[in-house]
Amino acid sequence: MLMHAYPAIVTRNLTVKFEKKFIALEDVNITLPAGKIIGFIGPSGAGKTTLIRCLVGRQKITHGSAKVLGIKASSAKLRGRFSYMTQSLSVYPDLTVRENFSYFASMLGQRGKAKSAMIAAVLEQVDMTPQAGRLVNSLSGGQKQRVSLGVSLLGNPEILFLDEPTVGLDPVLREQLWDLFRELVDAGKTIVLSSHVMDEADRCDDLLLIRDGKVLAHASPKELCIQTGAKTVEASFIQLVRAMQ
Amino acid sequence: MSPQKTLATAQRVLRQLHHDRRTLALLFVVPPALITILKYVFQASPATFTHLAPLLLGIFPMILMFLVTSIATLRERTNGTLERLMTMPVGKLDFIVGYALAFSAVALVQSLISAGVMLGLLRVTVLGGTLPTILGALAAALLGTALGLFVSAFAASEFQAVQFMPAFIFPQLLTCGLFVARDHMARFLQLLADVFPLTYSVDAMKQIAFHASWSTTLTRDFVLVLAYALVALVLGSLTIRRQQ
Repeated sequence: MLMHAYPAIVTRNLTVKFEKKFIALEDVNITLPAGKIIGFIGPSGAGKTTLIRCLVGRQKITHGSAKVLGIKASSAKLRGRFSYMTQSLSVYPDLTVRENFSYFASMLGQRGKAKSAMIAAVLEQVDMTPQAGRLVNSLSGGQKQRVSLGVSLLGNPEILFLDEPTVGLDPVLREQLWDLFRELVDAGKTIVLSSHVMDEADRCDDLLLIRDGKVLAHASPKELCIQTGAKTVEASFIQLVRAMQ
Repeated sequence: MSPQKTLATAQRVLRQLHHDRRTLALLFVVPPALITILKYVFQASPATFTHLAPLLLGIFPMILMFLVTSIATLRERTNGTLERLMTMPVGKLDFIVGYALAFSAVALVQSLISAGVMLGLLRVTVLGGTLPTILGALAAALLGTALGLFVSAFAASEFQAVQFMPAFIFPQLLTCGLFVARDHMARFLQLLADVFPLTYSVDAMKQIAFHASWSTTLTRDFVLVLAYALVALVLGSLTIRRQQ
């Protein structure tokens, strides 16, 4: 395991209000370690995507602060040091897999042989080399998801923000992706992913349970079960929600 | 802004079009086909066709490029690619200018084909010559591209983007002097026409069609059309926000 000098993410009193009324996130105070798989777990509409968007600099913060790798979340200095895979595919369906990788690699400033080598490596990593010349819209749902993930791997980012990366995938493909996430973390990357599927929580190193814009708990799956006395993360989550009400 | 990223964006947009043969066919075939149809609509009155055809070359490219560009950029906004790009080390101008470059290249081909059909096959006489005719069509297409980039920011769906056509383009079409000379229209419509960019695109084509020499009025019309396009591009880049 690689050692990291600073936490991957720090937020202080992070609050986001939409149209000055709806509170999407309220007083989020978290310090998340680098080099781990961190899961933002919670039901749809809990605030997971809004939190990720704050961290990648896309969402204006109403109050408080967010730092990624020790730098203000919306800073230009951070761009290129992290990648962001949105819930929608966010790749071009009318381009081939290779053309997509080539374009996004160019946007990261890659060119020439280094770019070609990077594209070949990422194609291999997401197991899409045989489909490199196919248009994305001709691929299956799982393959499209892998293309989108592949784009996030370009440029060797330190942190990968993945919004619901396994949604809609079959169990075998999900297993493969989780194996890939683990490999990436073992190589020193930090993965921040969101999921509303509780059984995925067990696979994370660190969990943030979110509901109604508030962080209910921040712990490892094991610690969470010990703290709540529940047998599973899902049971812990339900217990925490009941305790809040 | 980085020339490498701008060119990569232009190249990517052209690749997308290359894979979409139907759109390419529509872009290149529709304007000359419409002008050809018009020739036979005015079979009994060839003089009317000769009068109208050059003006349409200042209108059709603008309308088509407006539609294609507004929908293409709207897709970027709705399918998450713009969201992803805005978290990367990419300038907003790389994106906008890349789009403008790609569609300018398409516009050039479109203008060459349309002008070629009109001047060569349909034998329309244009006093100003071939090159100014192509430039006029190109300027119209550039204007359409820039306006499409800008207007796409205000549409939440492709359905809405298409509705901008009657809302945004038709008033310009009705008042640009194609159907009735502008000084015959109600005063308030004349004032409106004065601020609509399509007016100057059509005026430029009139100058080219009916004047043998390049006049200062023609220069003014070209400058205005390109200025409108530039302003629309700048406004378009302002509608792309790094943070929402």
